[in-house]
Amino acid sequence: MNDLQVTGVVKAYGPGKPVLDGLDLTVPGGGLAAVLGPSGCGKTTLLRVIAGFLEADAGTVTVAGRLLGGPGVHLPPERRRIGIVPQEGALFPHLSVARNIAFGLRDLDRAGKRARVAEMLDLVGLPGYADRMPHELSGGQQQRVALARALAPQPHLVLLDEPFSALDSALRGAVRAEVRAVLRESGATGLLVTHDQQEALSIADLVAVLRDGRVAQCATPQDLYHRPVDPWLASFVGDAVLVPGTVDRDTASTALGRIALATAPEGLRDGLVLLRPEQLRLTEPDDADAEGVVTDVCFYGHDAMITVAVEGLDQAVDIRTPGPLRQEPGHRVGIRLTGEATVHPHTA
Amino acid sequence: MTAPERSAPARRDPRPVSAQAPAGRARATGRPSSILIVPAVLAAALAVLPLGYLGVRALERGPAFARDVVADSRTGELLLRSFGLTAVVVTACLLIGVSLAWLTVRTALPGARAWSVLVTLPLAVPSYVTAFAWLSAAPSLAGFAGSAIALTLASFPYVYLPVAAALRGTDPGHEEAARSLGHGPFGTFLRVTLPQLRPAAAGGGLLVALYVLSDFGAVSLMRYDTFTRGIYTSYRASFDRTPAAALSAVLVLMTVLLVAAETRTRGRADYARTGTGTARRAVPATLGRLRPLALGWCGMIVAVAVGFPLATLGYWLAVGSSAAWDPATLAGTTLTTLGVAAGGAALTTLLALPIGVIAARHRGRLAHLLEQAAYAGHAVPGITVALALVFLAVRYARPLYQETPLLLCAYAVLFLPVAVAATRAAVLQAPPVLDDVARSLGRGPFGVLREVTVPLAAPGIAAGAALTFVVCMKELPATLLLRPTGMDTLATRLWTETGTGSFAAAAPYAAALILLAAVPSYLLGRHRP
Repeated sequence: MNDLQVTGVVKAYGPGKPVLDGLDLTVPGGGLAAVLGPSGCGKTTLLRVIAGFLEADAGTVTVAGRLLGGPGVHLPPERRRIGIVPQEGALFPHLSVARNIAFGLRDLDRAGKRARVAEMLDLVGLPGYADRMPHELSGGQQQRVALARALAPQPHLVLLDEPFSALDSALRGAVRAEVRAVLRESGATGLLVTHDQQEALSIADLVAVLRDGRVAQCATPQDLYHRPVDPWLASFVGDAVLVPGTVDRDTASTALGRIALATAPEGLRDGLVLLRPEQLRLTEPDDADAEGVVTDVCFYGHDAMITVAVEGLDQAVDIRTPGPLRQEPGHRVGIRLTGEATVHPHTA
Repeated sequence: MTAPERSAPARRDPRPVSAQAPAGRARATGRPSSILIVPAVLAAALAVLPLGYLGVRALERGPAFARDVVADSRTGELLLRSFGLTAVVVTACLLIGVSLAWLTVRTALPGARAWSVLVTLPLAVPSYVTAFAWLSAAPSLAGFAGSAIALTLASFPYVYLPVAAALRGTDPGHEEAARSLGHGPFGTFLRVTLPQLRPAAAGGGLLVALYVLSDFGAVSLMRYDTFTRGIYTSYRASFDRTPAAALSAVLVLMTVLLVAAETRTRGRADYARTGTGTARRAVPATLGRLRPLALGWCGMIVAVAVGFPLATLGYWLAVGSSAAWDPATLAGTTLTTLGVAAGGAALTTLLALPIGVIAARHRGRLAHLLEQAAYAGHAVPGITVALALVFLAVRYARPLYQETPLLLCAYAVLFLPVAVAATRAAVLQAPPVLDDVARSLGRGPFGVLREVTVPLAAPGIAAGAALTFVVCMKELPATLLLRPTGMDTLATRLWTETGTGSFAAAAPYAAALILLAAVPSYLLGRHRP
């Protein structure tokens, strides 16, 4: 299968701390993985090392069992069979849609090329667009042609570099879903680089969060969101409520009440308990685990974030609440906890 | 000498900000592939060869001899004359350029747009044509006055253009802030606007200085002995060519210093607007009772810089009988000129291609060095390049001496900066990510160049070639020294006829030159977005 295996990759641009510092990443064949990280964490460098535009200082890159880069080995990009879909598609502006898609089809004759182009256009839902020029397409269409162009030579792996960031938010969701479907149908392994947490969580089978040149955690979106390995990761992939608590076997008790733990911490007696704002429910004050006073209300339309000062806690907590909004600053509210939490050492 | 920054199409990156790669990968950081490096190094070597050889030749008879030539009282006199002329022309150009820029950009001058086009027209007229116009109208102007007038009127747009651009670019927000803080309009201009213009004006002034120092056509027709004319005379007068080489070396040193100064001001000239978003246009100042005065000033400059040479030309064309000039010779000379200019442009563009691509796509010591070498021609007056090539050919490539290929090489050395700047700008417009995509789709470095980079950059490269064609056509000193015996271009013919006072005979060549140069310039202007 088209597995991607990156082991111990180091890449430095000069003296000082390397951008990639012993990075390991494995993506099973046919899967779509997202590489997520704050800007400057080395996401793009990783992509360029995998594609062969940069040579790593150490470590190996293997795709479908073929060693592409490693000690003494550096296959040039044109021999790696890795497709790339850059930001905004980057279609060749001087070539028609058909010639863009056929650009990588060098071994086919004319008829073969034409057939493959038609097949790819069908796949991305743009039949009949073969003779258009790139500037005649909308942003989403350009992105789909770019994907078709990358997939046409049947690469083992497709790298997508923030491919949706230039689309307006109304279009983004639709194009995302479509790209995922097309990738799945093609059977190619996908690696998507993004700084958008929602995008990574919603599109990928596997999300790898990069921090300081390494993968801080690589997990399914669900696991990453609900079982982050440390508080930094928790805050990076979503809103987090961190409150001190004491561990009692598989539960933890906090100023907000008692909550079940998703993973039993080994030898940790007390620590920071991590909750998501939607795990906090507002109730009547007399039927609650904890009580507090609303200090701020932020309305988003589909839901609202309510900030509550709780007795016995130094910091106010955020509560995400759906539906019609009745609270106002000054109101007394009750809080109840649902779901599972994780607990982390204080020092982390 | 031409100003390369005029030739370079806008260097601004046209892509939206979101598409621009972060600093780490704006350009490929890897080494350029050898299919680029080898031709680029060869081209760069050709560009610096004459300079290097000039140094060797100047010191050939020992440093003492060179020192004697340089320390000669006549050399000092040449220096003094060159500097005097430069100082006067630069001052006049600053006065004219800054005042016109302010009037056309920041005031409610009637017809401001038309004026802003009219005052750049002198750029299309070579200095020796301006000199021809003034000399033929008033032969008594020959000497310092005539040289100063011709050079000022030919080169003030070098100040006007950057200053006008700076005025357009400055944020009216600064001026509004100054007004709100209690400064009047004049105080605001003095304390806020003028300091912002200083880098642009200084850069323009240095370009003018460079133009004056390296000009040969105007001063030689005006028979005013500056360095360039001194070198020419010394070369023609004696068999010993070492003095000419030593003088050339001094001239090169002066121009190199000027270029260094110009580069420094340009580096600092990046006065940014604070904040993002597009700058508002400043509200034009009303001229009130000064309006007729302002119009008169603009009118006068355009009249003497554009109208007068054309009128003189028209006069000589009208009075010249067919006895004065031979239509067949004119046609032949025109064809020859077109031929050598086309050859020069082709060679220059070809040599510039690898350097331009490397300059746009790579950084690092080697890329920087190659680009700098290509810009050597920018610092070296045509007469010295020609002289260096003469020395080289006479000693090492005798069959090439006074043959067309050597002349084309001189054009390439002189105008490589024009072509490299155009190529670099054109390649910069093609996003590097397209190269990456092409690589990922199975193309090697040469395939990327052939199928993506060059086709995308083609319009810009062609514009650069057209511009190179124009400057080759107008080139005088190198053509004068290197042309095959008996060959004449429009420029040399014009120079010869004017030199002997046969103005009516010279006029058709001047007219042909202006017309031929105008066609590509017009097309370039139309195509520029």
